[in-house]
Formats: sequence, C-alpha cells, structure tokens
Amino acid sequence: MTISSGSVSIALCGSGGAGVMTAANMLVDAAAQAGYYALFSRSSGPQIRGGEAAALLRLSAEPITSVDDTFQILLAIDWLNVARFAAELPLNGESLILADPAAGEVPEVLTRSGARIVDLPMKDLAQTIPGGRPNMIALGVVAALIGLGVEPVAEVLGKSLKKKHADAFEASLAAVRHGAETGDSLVANCRKLHPALPRHGGRWTISGNHAAGLGAIRGGIRFCAAYPITPATESLEYLSAALPKIGGVFVQAEDELASINMCIGASFGGDASITATAGPGLALMTEGLGLAVSSETPVVVLDVQRGGPSTGIPTKSEQSDLNIALYGLHGDAPHLVVAPQSIGDCLFTTQWAVHLAEAMQAPCIVLSDQSLGQSRAVIDPAAASPFFANREIARTPEEGETFKRYALTNTGVSPMPVPGTPGCQYTADGLEHAESGTPSSQASDHFRQLDKRLRKLVLHDYGPHWATIEGEGEIAVITWGSCTGAAREAVHRARADGVNARLIAPRLLYPIRPEEMARALDGVRRILVVEQSHLGQFNRYLRGEYDLPARPDLLSRPGPLPIRPGEIHARLLAMGK
Amino acid sequence: MNAPTFSAKDFRSDVKPVWCPGCGDYGVLSSIAKAFADLELAPHQTSVVSGIGCSSRIPAYTNTYGFHSIHGRALAVGAGLKLARPDLTVLVAGGDGDGFSIGGNHFIHACRRNVDMTYVVMDNRVYGMTKGQPSPTTEADWDASAMAPPGGTGVTPFHPLAIALASGANFIARAFSGDTNGTAALIAEAIRHPGFSFVVVMSPCITFREEQRDWKNVVRQSGFPATSDPAQAARRLMTDDGFNMGVLYRGNRDSFVKPRSTECSIADLDAEFAV
Repeated sequence: MTISSGSVSIALCGSGGAGVMTAANMLVDAAAQAGYYALFSRSSGPQIRGGEAAALLRLSAEPITSVDDTFQILLAIDWLNVARFAAELPLNGESLILADPAAGEVPEVLTRSGARIVDLPMKDLAQTIPGGRPNMIALGVVAALIGLGVEPVAEVLGKSLKKKHADAFEASLAAVRHGAETGDSLVANCRKLHPALPRHGGRWTISGNHAAGLGAIRGGIRFCAAYPITPATESLEYLSAALPKIGGVFVQAEDELASINMCIGASFGGDASITATAGPGLALMTEGLGLAVSSETPVVVLDVQRGGPSTGIPTKSEQSDLNIALYGLHGDAPHLVVAPQSIGDCLFTTQWAVHLAEAMQAPCIVLSDQSLGQSRAVIDPAAASPFFANREIARTPEEGETFKRYALTNTGVSPMPVPGTPGCQYTADGLEHAESGTPSSQASDHFRQLDKRLRKLVLHDYGPHWATIEGEGEIAVITWGSCTGAAREAVHRARADGVNARLIAPRLLYPIRPEEMARALDGVRRILVVEQSHLGQFNRYLRGEYDLPARPDLLSRPGPLPIRPGEIHARLLAMGK
Repeated sequence: MNAPTFSAKDFRSDVKPVWCPGCGDYGVLSSIAKAFADLELAPHQTSVVSGIGCSSRIPAYTNTYGFHSIHGRALAVGAGLKLARPDLTVLVAGGDGDGFSIGGNHFIHACRRNVDMTYVVMDNRVYGMTKGQPSPTTEADWDASAMAPPGGTGVTPFHPLAIALASGANFIARAFSGDTNGTAALIAEAIRHPGFSFVVVMSPCITFREEQRDWKNVVRQSGFPATSDPAQAARRLMTDDGFNMGVLYRGNRDSFVKPRSTECSIADLDAEFAV
C-alpha cells in the first residue's frame, strides 16, 4: 500500500525573514511526532540568504515517496516574487488559498486555478499576541485545518524553544493557539489527514543527501575528498562531521579533479572512498573515473543531479546526467551506475554502491538528484542491509611465486593488495598493462584486460536489487531514480481505475541486465517511459541497450517541475482504453 | 630479530625504461632508490606516485607500490594515499609540464596543505614525450620546437621554487641529476623533513634540449646554509641564477594530518536521525 487520498499537501510562501521555513519545519516535526509521514521540499530563488521562498509539504498517515498533483492549502504571508515559482504551486478548485489581505491581491496566476480564497489577516492576528509572529499564526491555522491539532505543535515548540527561550516559547505557543482557533472558525472546509496508524518502532527524519552519506558509512566508506557544489553539499557537510568520528577522513579538495584523484589514491591505500558532486563536477571527474576503471581502483561518486547543461539551474532537480554517467568516459570503460529511488533509498543504494565498487574494483556512480538530496522526509528507519565493502585482498605470495595484480581470473576480479604487504608491490596504471601491471601496448594484453574489466561487471550476481518490479499487466511503466515514487503512485491509482500496469524501475543502470529485464517484461505489450530530461535520455538508453517488446510511449520533461503522479496516471488510463 | 635492510637495487624493478640514452631521469631513478635504501625503508612500505610524461614513467621502474596516474593529478593521488595511509612513505614524481602546467593548481594546494610527502620534479624545460614542445619552465626565447614561433613563446618561465615558497611548501631544494649521490642525499633529507617537501631536479633532455648537456658545467653547490626565514629564502630564490644546488628553504610548519577517532558507532550515527 502506498499513499491514498488521505494525504494533505501544503505550500507555505513568504519572503526571507517571514519565517515560513521555520513554520514548515515545525509542522513536519509535529506531524512526525503525531505519527505521520512527511515529505518536505523547498523552492527558493538564487539568493544566497533569504529572498522569496516556498515550503512544499505533503503529510500522510502512510509512507510518501512522491509529491502530489496539487496542493490542498496554499498559505501566503506575502506574495513577493511569487510569479517566479507559481508554476511549482499547482492548485485546483479543491484548493484553499489562505492569504493575508495586507499583502495585497492574490496574484491572477494563482486565482485562475479556481482555488477558493480565504482572507487570513495573519499580521493583524499576530499583533494581538505580545511577541506573536505571523508565521506562528499560520502554523496554528494549518495544524487546525488539516486535523493535526495544536498539541503536537506545542510539543515541538517546547523541545526547540522552552529551555533556552522561555519568552519566545510562550509567545509562539499563544500565537499557534490563536491561529488554531482562527482555523477552527473558518467556514471553508479542507481535506483532513486520516488518523495516524499505530507506530511500530520509531521514525526517522532525513534528507536524501544525509541518507546517502549515512549509507556510504554503513557500507564501509572511510575516506572522502570533495569540493563544495550545489545540490550535493549537505552530503559533504554530513560526511565531514561524521567520518572523523567513525575512524574516517574527510578532506576538502581544491577542485573536483583533486577530489576524484585523492579518492583513487586513498582507495589504492586500502580505504573505501567516496566523493560527492553535481553535473559540472562529474564532468571534471570523468578522466579520473577512467583511471579508476583502468587501474581497477574502487571508488564511489555520488552525483546529485541538477538542471544542466553547464551551470544550468543549480538549485533545481533534473535527470539529465544519465548520458554522462553511462557514456561519459573515453575509451571502452565499463563501470557501475546505480540510482536511488526515494529519499530513504538513497541510504540503501549508496551502501550497495560501496559494496559493488569494492567487490568489482571499479568506479560506481550513484545518480541521486536535487529533489531527493535536498528534500527531507519522515520515513521508517532504514533497515540494516548486508552490503559492505569487501575487497578481495591479495596476500604475500608463496616462495617462488610472482604476484600478478591484474591476473586473468575467471571472474575477472583479481586480488588487490594493501600497500605495506611484502611481496605484492606493483604499479597501478592508466596505461594498458600486462597481468603483472607492466605497461603494454600489445594487442593481446589490451584485449585480455578490456575483456577482464568487462567480465567482472557482467558476471557479478546483483540479486533482486537490480530493479524495483511491482504489479502485473500488459502495460509497463519503466522509470528510474526520483521519478519512481510518482510512477508507483500512478500505477496504484490506475489499478483502482481498473487499468493494470506494472512498474519497472532499474536501480542498476550499468551494466545492463538483459535476462532479468526480459523476465520483467514478460507479457508486456505497451510501455510508458517516464523520466525528467529534455532529450529523453533514459528512453534512448532503454531502446539502445535493451530489447523492448514495443516502441515506448514517452513522458519526458526537463526540470525543474517535478513529474506528478496525475500526469502518469492520465497517460496510463489513455493507454489502457 | 632485526628487520631486513634493503639495498638501492631492491627498490628497482626489472622493467626497462622507455627513456632515451643519456636522459637525466636515469640518474634520478638511481637517486630515489638510493635515498630509500639509505633511509632503511622497505620496498613494500614505500610508494612512488606519478602523472604523465617521460619522467612520470618512473613508478614502474621501482619495486614499490607505484601509481602511474593521469596527467597533472599525481599530487592529488599522492595526498589521498598519504592521508589514508600515514604509515607509508609517499614520494610523488614527475616532470615540469605535468607538475606546473596541467597540474599547477594541485601544486599550489599541495604546498599549502603541507601533507607529509615528497615531490620530486625532474625539470628539463620541455615536453619530451610529445617530442619537444615548450613547457612552463622553458626559456621565453627557445624556438627549436615545431610548436613554438620563431624567437620563442615570449612567455616568462614559471618559477617553481619561488611559487612553492609563496604557497607554503615546508622544504625546498634544487638538485642536478648528474650528481646522483648529491640528489639522493637531498631526496633523503626531503623525505625525513615533515610536511610537503619539494625537490626540483635539473634533469637534462639531451634529445630535444641538447644545450642542457652544459648544465653539468655550470651547476654548483649553493654557498649559503639553508634558511628557515621565508623572506631570506625568497630573496635568494629570486636573485640566484638557477644553478645553485642544495637545500634552499627548511620550514617548520606542522604536517597536515587528519586524526581518526572511533568515538561513534553506526548506531550512534543512525540515532541522529530518529524523530
């Protein structure tokens, strides 16, 4: 079961300093306190601090992995520059716009949706409370309207303010209560949350970037060198704080060229290593990734994708680094590419990536994106998984034997020594080499080593984690990464409408899995490919790499607007006719 | 039981170098092997990391844990290795094009960062592997290259030692490849000195810069004792004629180290995300 119509989506708008992010964070924490799941993303402009902003929330009694089609509530403390992100605030006739009349008319770009408008004089209401602020009035109003109530909010306020700022706590609580009374008195009805289900165990609140960082450490990463870049920076901030406490090292490198090569050096030294970046950084790292392929040095690169090309839209999401991740290395350079499918899955997939890279002594690119990385979710705690860095280590050879670093084994994986091991000295090389590691330009060595480096990836047993495969039916939705959540929700809705569709979302993008994909597609007659790129990169990949039973229909759009479940649902209904 | 000691020969592999007969880099290879042996290191506890170019071929000619990486990135690979494995002796080696042109930014930041490793640059003022183009240290008027205009590039040469000093390198020396014992002694001292040690070895390329055969006639021991005063070192570096050999600067900055603690468990990290 996934999310139902019991979810409520809320947008809170206000210029910098209006405190909408504070209110939104407290609302999420309060909902989590009360046993709800949540998804919280923010739309902000390019300003370094402040500026216009919108907090985008979805709350539900059931787990959430996608944004909804529309917002049930749009609350605005002011309308500063709302036109810049109005497209990210889809509304309909069911929606409620709560606006402070002091902020002026509701912009036409929003009223044309047919949403109901309710005047809510938050500034005036706040002035009736000593020390009261409009954002706390707003928090109270929304908590009442969606049926969350004041108590969980009061609890969260108490935790964050009571000890250090007793005055602020009292004022905020009074404003929240005043707002809630106002909310209760509003005649306009609003969709309410379903009662929260009994909780089994705790919940987590985590962003995709933090989840990826934790997954890396769980997998055994003990070294990270990286250069700051939006929207990957939170992963680096997390790793820089966490790694030194768990026996690891974090280094801020001078650029992405240094990042990847420091990681390669550390990995050569025996530490499982990761770097995190976004598209421009990944472009700079491609030569280093080729070195990792040739020298068979494991390394993980977390790419938190953003709008491209070039500097593009650094603060907004897109799935347009697929091509460079798959095909961006020069020469024949087989490597691993995986993609997480939700905020929680950023943990599992990054941990798995560490395991894969180490097991196969190859680079692994993890394709996350801004919508996963910088959104915060309330989720069930991440279960333990059995995937750890487990490099095949070479030992000192017996008397009379010679160590061959790049020995041609059946699996393609040859044991790798930890420097310091007597008798295993070798030179890791980006030059083509013989089994010993000695540079070679001979055709036979080139062919054998190319074949070895491909073989080890192809022969590996990736198990069921290679893809998410759910449902059955003659229609298949094939998608990847952050679009998986919306596709799943659409498939569920379509089933409720009598259209059976299955969901196929490869977590492993490279190497391809032809047999597994053929099984997943067994009985499929029509395909809908869903992705967030302008060129339809994933569709081209599927059609180029896999035998598909039909030419796919394509739902592909560049960022920054997310692909919403309703769009996919509508396409499925049309295909199912 | 005493640990076995190793001779310079034990640090050499049996791979035949690609270098031209008469190349200065043969001497540097011997000096590096001798320095390791003189320091009583073991081959399996040493690492030679390089980038791309004639001199960067050197790791395969040693019997250490070598890494022949990509053009310009040797210092990054070396820093990653040393930070991960402080117990290893890490020596990064390469040429003037690799280190000062494509790798120039890493050179500056390696000096700044001051990780405890030694950087040996075999400077022949030319790109040899691609058959003789001007490098960052090539004289402005050198024009015996198909890629240089008549009269030379007209571009002022890079001053690696002065830039190393300005960027924070903790040990700076100049050596001549023809003096293998002297070079070995300087490299050994560089390895012993904490922090980032930088040794430029004038290593003639007699194939593309035949005039460099004369270097052996003009190099001399620096008449000054090494200084730890950066201002004095800067004055000397900016006023000498480029042929003074020896330790030119010996700093006293602490090495960049990354302490690792194990105060946290995975469960502790998990707990940070609990509601």
